[in-house]
Amino acid sequence: MFLYLPIAEISVNVLVFLFLGIAVGTLSGIFGVGGGFLMTPLLIFLGIPPAVAVGTEANQIIASSVSGVMAHWRRGNVDFKMGGILLIGGIIGSTFGVWLFRLLRELGQIDLVIMLSYVVFLGSIGLLMLVESLRTMRRSRSPNANRRKLHQHNFLHGLPFKMRFRRSKLYISALLPLLIGVGVGILSAIMGVGGGFIMVPAMIYILGMPTAVVVGTSLFQIIFVTANATFLQATINQTVDVVLAILLMLGAVIGAQVGTRLGAKLRGEQLRGLLALMVLTVCGKIVYDLIATPADLFYLVTGAAH
Amino acid sequence: MVTGIFAAWLIMSAGATRAQSEDPPVVVDLSKDFVAITAGFTGTEVLLFGTFEGKGQVIVIVEGPANNATIRMKERVAGIWVNGSEVSFEHVPAFYQILATEELGDWLPQSLREEYHIGLDHLNIRPLGDVSPGDKKMFRDALIRNKQEAGHYGRGPGKMRLVGGRLFRSTVFFPADVQVGVYSIRTFLIQDQKVVSTQVLPLAINKTGMEAELYRAAHQHSALYGLAAIVIAVLAGLGGNMLFRRN
Repeated sequence: MFLYLPIAEISVNVLVFLFLGIAVGTLSGIFGVGGGFLMTPLLIFLGIPPAVAVGTEANQIIASSVSGVMAHWRRGNVDFKMGGILLIGGIIGSTFGVWLFRLLRELGQIDLVIMLSYVVFLGSIGLLMLVESLRTMRRSRSPNANRRKLHQHNFLHGLPFKMRFRRSKLYISALLPLLIGVGVGILSAIMGVGGGFIMVPAMIYILGMPTAVVVGTSLFQIIFVTANATFLQATINQTVDVVLAILLMLGAVIGAQVGTRLGAKLRGEQLRGLLALMVLTVCGKIVYDLIATPADLFYLVTGAAH
Repeated sequence: MVTGIFAAWLIMSAGATRAQSEDPPVVVDLSKDFVAITAGFTGTEVLLFGTFEGKGQVIVIVEGPANNATIRMKERVAGIWVNGSEVSFEHVPAFYQILATEELGDWLPQSLREEYHIGLDHLNIRPLGDVSPGDKKMFRDALIRNKQEAGHYGRGPGKMRLVGGRLFRSTVFFPADVQVGVYSIRTFLIQDQKVVSTQVLPLAINKTGMEAELYRAAHQHSALYGLAAIVIAVLAGLGGNMLFRRN
């Protein structure tokens, strides 16, 4: 069953994209991640023009983040104050990111920057998760292994503009979440992702937030950052394909349900190991594409297909 | 159904030929003069058919709207393929396909090919800015190769079937990612290495229905389109969450 996408301007198999939505939605249901960091490269592998993949994925992430944040909000796991500061940083960062995106596109190197960013982030996060899950598996066998300190003090706690974040049980400088927001905002504009996969570890390891509120707070601010990105992409580049976005959202809604049920049954460290392998596989494919000699050294930039 | 149209047209044209003596020696028509890109569009085939008087060869050129196109070369830097130099060309047709009743040969002299831009070697593609002749050829060849790969340029002249020595027919395939716009179908009747008759037909390819509306909205009312996209996503998220709660 084929459907012509009005903005991507290609004809696609509906079932393939529904399945992709379900698969990535299942993963986000299990792990509480948006899934953009997997979806965007997969869309590009399937022949969606990179610019449309980035713009449309931003649109789809809004849906999965709204859905996710509701569940966390009901359990009181959203730190709105922290989320607000991250969000201010995120808006600044993504606006700068869009500017950087345009500059790099004029230089003709945007594809390379997108792909290298994916290699760096997918590679390092995939490896970290793999090591972490292997360590947990080993630790569960030997219960006497040493544990990480709950709260560590370092130079970051000497920064000015200290603020109390009650929900996160933190008293830290507001500059810290602001800067993290800016950094993730830049990346999300360039890579076409919500940034949860970078935000979540940054909140845990740099800010020291309790794990329970991390995912909800991250999702809360991702809604607004991706809404901003969707609007910018729609008005500046006209690269948001709503037909494709709706296809992916449908799949993601079904997948998220499957994922939450599966997540409850499966063991955490094995799941994390599995996700790590998937992330590394996608990363490997991008690396392969970067170093393998292309069939044709020349390619059409504009005037290819419209 | 197409053969039905073809037969009906033959009868009509036969009648017309008898009635008028001033008829042009070559007449051609298409199975449709409008290609609609709808939700289920996966490319389409258009039947082209016609007749000519006397001896000679018929050549048909199907050409899409011309635009600028940029072709870029990949270069290896530190083991990674990065984007290298690029060349932009103007007057690049989006689509180009030749159909002929005979293999191209002496009957179509070089002077005619140049004059009427017949054949990929004679396309009026010109580089923008200063480009060395060597680079120009390399990038021009690459441009044509890429277009052929995408099915937008023919790999060689397509063969037209000749019936009874004066009726010809053939099909042209437009792939799913064909560019919208007005295409021109130029038909030449060649006798003794000279063009004795030409006919030009337009073929419009456009999006229709929901596809066209969405495309127009995205480009003409992009702010509203963006806001609508956000609202749809929020509603989808809330809807998904309600399904969650029930379970």
